[in-house]
Formats: sequence, structure tokens, C-alpha cells
Amino acid sequence: MDVKPSLFDRLVRYARGRSPWLFHLNCGGCNGCDIEFLACLTPRYDVEQLGIRLEGSPRHADILCISGPVTRNTQAALQTIYAQTPAPKVVVAIGSCPASGNVFADSPSVVGPLENFVPVDVYVPGCPPRPDAILEGIVHAIEILKAKVVRSAEGGTYV
Amino acid sequence: MSYTIPIGPYHPALEEPYKLELECEGERVRAAHLQIGFNFRAIELLAQSRNVIQNIALFERVCGICSNVHTLTYCLAVENLLGIEPPLRAQYIRVIVAELERLHSHILWAGAAAHILGFQTLFMTCFRLREIVMDLLESISGNRVNYAMNAVGGVNRDLTDPRTVQEGVHQIRRAVEEQLIPVFTTDPTVRARCAGVGVLTKEEALAWGAVGPTARASGVAQDLRQAQPYLIYDRLDFSVPVQESGDVLARIIVRALEMVESCLMIEQALDQLPSGEWRGQLFVELPPGEAVARIEAPRGEVFYYLASDGGEKPVRVKVRTPSFVNMPTVRLMLKDATLADAPLIQASIDPCYSCTDR
Ligand code: SF4
Repeated sequence: MDVKPSLFDRLVRYARGRSPWLFHLNCGGCNGCDIEFLACLTPRYDVEQLGIRLEGSPRHADILCISGPVTRNTQAALQTIYAQTPAPKVVVAIGSCPASGNVFADSPSVVGPLENFVPVDVYVPGCPPRPDAILEGIVHAIEILKAKVVRSAEGGTYV
Repeated sequence: MSYTIPIGPYHPALEEPYKLELECEGERVRAAHLQIGFNFRAIELLAQSRNVIQNIALFERVCGICSNVHTLTYCLAVENLLGIEPPLRAQYIRVIVAELERLHSHILWAGAAAHILGFQTLFMTCFRLREIVMDLLESISGNRVNYAMNAVGGVNRDLTDPRTVQEGVHQIRRAVEEQLIPVFTTDPTVRARCAGVGVLTKEEALAWGAVGPTARASGVAQDLRQAQPYLIYDRLDFSVPVQESGDVLARIIVRALEMVESCLMIEQALDQLPSGEWRGQLFVELPPGEAVARIEAPRGEVFYYLASDGGEKPVRVKVRTPSFVNMPTVRLMLKDATLADAPLIQASIDPCYSCTDR
């Protein structure tokens, strides 16, 4: 069944796709992914060319960038932050840690992978991934974000 | 009226999770409580279930900013236990990579400090400069972060193109001397935010056992590269920058001057670089016994303890990182500071939570 998105929904989709705000959280990773993520914001990679801004509060964010294998101690904060982010939201898992646990996989204090706690939309593999790869992951995330806005217009729920 | 402000575990200024509780009276911070442990991955426990070679990849991931430091110290501890010494060329390559890493770490920190100061131009300048260091590291090791350069008894890759490194380092030194140091030392905004803020006196630094640039900014002239030279540091000519005032500005200046010293050290090491073997040796088992190794990381002294019962897995590896001892000093610095200075003061020790928690 084809439902035409309303003018308002199309406007929202246009606006969100043009200026997604990012929130970044490290769930117990080694920092390697974080500094490469930071490098994305800097003159050479310049993620701001896509209209992206790094935001300090999850309540204003559209895309969550999560690194780290999810340790026991960060798990609760991770779930709170995911709940605080308004829908529609997209989760980008940066690095091998959130995907598989990486070298920490059999540690008793690691409860990951990330999938156990929040749905993941984009995986950026690598230990750490290069900033270009992170950038590409974010570009994919923007496409998914736009699709999610449309889905909501068709009567589905925001995720 | 006093009240408590909880900050964290996710904080917009720094990358890593930690929690801070500030007890304030009006604008003034009266006491600070720090809660760490969010990054605890039980690395020391994992090390006991993996063999000596596998552990190198594990310790590389104690900290992504100073990954080389951790593999280097671990390999030195294993070499001490085995009683072997890596070939001279390998030692030079290790020093070159270690100093490049110090450069990247200090520039990253300078950028983060500029960001907290609200000085976005300087933040961008620092990060543009840092990309040159990252390119050099990538040209040497094949990776931007987690270089996997160290092996037991040697290095994993040769340094094939010293010319490029020489030119790059020269470029960085010029930029640090002409751009970063003048801005950080003379700019009125930076001075107004940093001078006299977050003071740690020499007595306090000694009593609380501060290490690295945090101690050196409080007048404690202590640097393992000079006090107890390892690898080939005794063949290099360098000085250890020390400042007396102990405030945030002093910590900035110490790190900025250290960047220049690192560049000079790399230039000397490249000039002296001998030819010859650089590979590590293959070996299977550790002899029973204990060994320690300590080196000067970008943030201060890193210490590794290794115990073996003769099997292929170590029975205990203990890691002590510089941020672990520097972090408590933040409580002294924050006392009676204004609330608005708290993020800057905290960042001024260049804390690294992932290596503190391990
Ligand atoms: S994926 Fe690798 S670089 Fe990234 S946080 Fe994990 S261990 Fe560190």
C-alpha cells in the first residue's frame, strides 16, 4: 500500500537528512576509535561538510556513534542514553569492539556485543577504522535516517 | 548554600566515560569526587589466559592514544625476563615511533585544551598539524592508530624511508615553534583562562606522587628518559622542560616545549640510525621468574610487572599507568576553583581513563 508522505513529513525528512546531529559515546573501548572519530571533525576529513554537528546531549541527537565492547559498568548508561535519544534514531557501531568484542570478547567484565542492548544500523569495521571509513558509515546512517522518517509517514512507528 | 553537581559518566568535553561530583558553594568548588572504572575490561586477567605473543595485541589495546607505549613496555619486560636485547636498529626505530607517538598525543591534547577554552581556530590548527604526524606513523607502520610495531626482541617493520620522516618532523617542529608556542604563551585569551588556575604546588606534586608533565609543570624535574635511560635515549641530546608555577598554563608550556624536544630527538635518531638487523627472535616459552619494565609515556611513567612459571602464558601481568596516579591530584587542583574552570583543570592533566581502568 502506497501512502504519500505528507508535506510536513517530507519537510522533516529533508531537514534531518541535511543536518543530522551526532552523539558519541565510548562504552569501554580503548580510545583508538574515539580519536579517529575526533579526527573526522577536523580540517582534513571535515564531517561538518555534511551538515553534521557533534552534540553534547543525546536529547538533541539523531545519530548515536558508539565505540567500545560494552563493559558491565557502561551498560546502564548506554541504555539510558539510547532511551533519551528521540526517535527516529540511527546507531552507528564504530570499530570491531561493538561488533564482536574484539580482543576483549572473553573478558568477564565485557557484556557486549552492542547488539545485545540496542539495535545497530551501521557497522564500521576496523580496529580502529580510518576516519574515511567512519565518514562513509555516517553517510550510510544518514540514508537510513531518511528512510526511517518515511516509514513513520506510512503509519509505522519510529525506531 | 552548598550543592552537589554530578557530571558524567558521558561528558561532552572528554571522550571517555567517568563520573565527577563537584561539591560547590556558589561559584566555588569546595570538593571533588571522581568515580572511575567504566572502562574496566579486565585486561590483566585476560593476559593470563593468552600466550606471550598474543598478549602484545591485547596490550596494544589498553590505550588507543599511547598504544605503542604499552607494547613497548610489555616487550621490554619480556626481554628483561629472557635476558635478550633487541638489535640496535630496532632500538632506534622504537625510539622514533615512541617520540612520534608523544608528538601526536601532545598535539591531540593541545587541540582538546583549545576546544575546552573555546578557541576553535587553535583546535583546528592543532588537528591539522596532528595529521602530519599521523601520516608519518602510517608511512612507518601501515596504520594510523595501534601501529603493531613492537615484537619481542625487535620491531615488526623496518623504517624504509627516513627522508620523508625527517622532512615531516622538520615541518612539525617549525609549526610548533612558530604557531602553537607563541599562541599558547602570549595569547591574552589563553593566559586569562590558564594562568594561576588549578595550581598544584611542588610539595603536593611530590606528596601525591604525580608523574610526567603534570609533575614537571610543578617543578619536579623527573623524566625516566633522562633519569634511567632505556633503549638508546642515552645517545640523544635533549633537555627536560620544567616549569615552576604548577598552573594550567605551566602544563601547557611543558607539553609544548616537549613537542619541540621530541622533534629534535627524532631528528637526531634519524641521523644516527644504524643499518643492520631489526627483526625480533622467535621463541616459544618464558623462563620462570619475574621482570619489570618502566618507560616514560606521554603522560608520565608506565610500569609493567610480569611473572612467569615457565609456561607459555604469563601467570601475572600488572600494569600501572600514569593517569592512575595523576588523577587524584585533580582533587587538589579543583579545590576552590570556579565551576567554569573545572573542565579545563581536569583536562590539564591529560587524563586517560581507558588505561587507568584497563
Ligand atoms: S575497535 Fe580497536 S581501536 Fe576501537 S575501541 Fe576497540 S580496541 Fe580500541
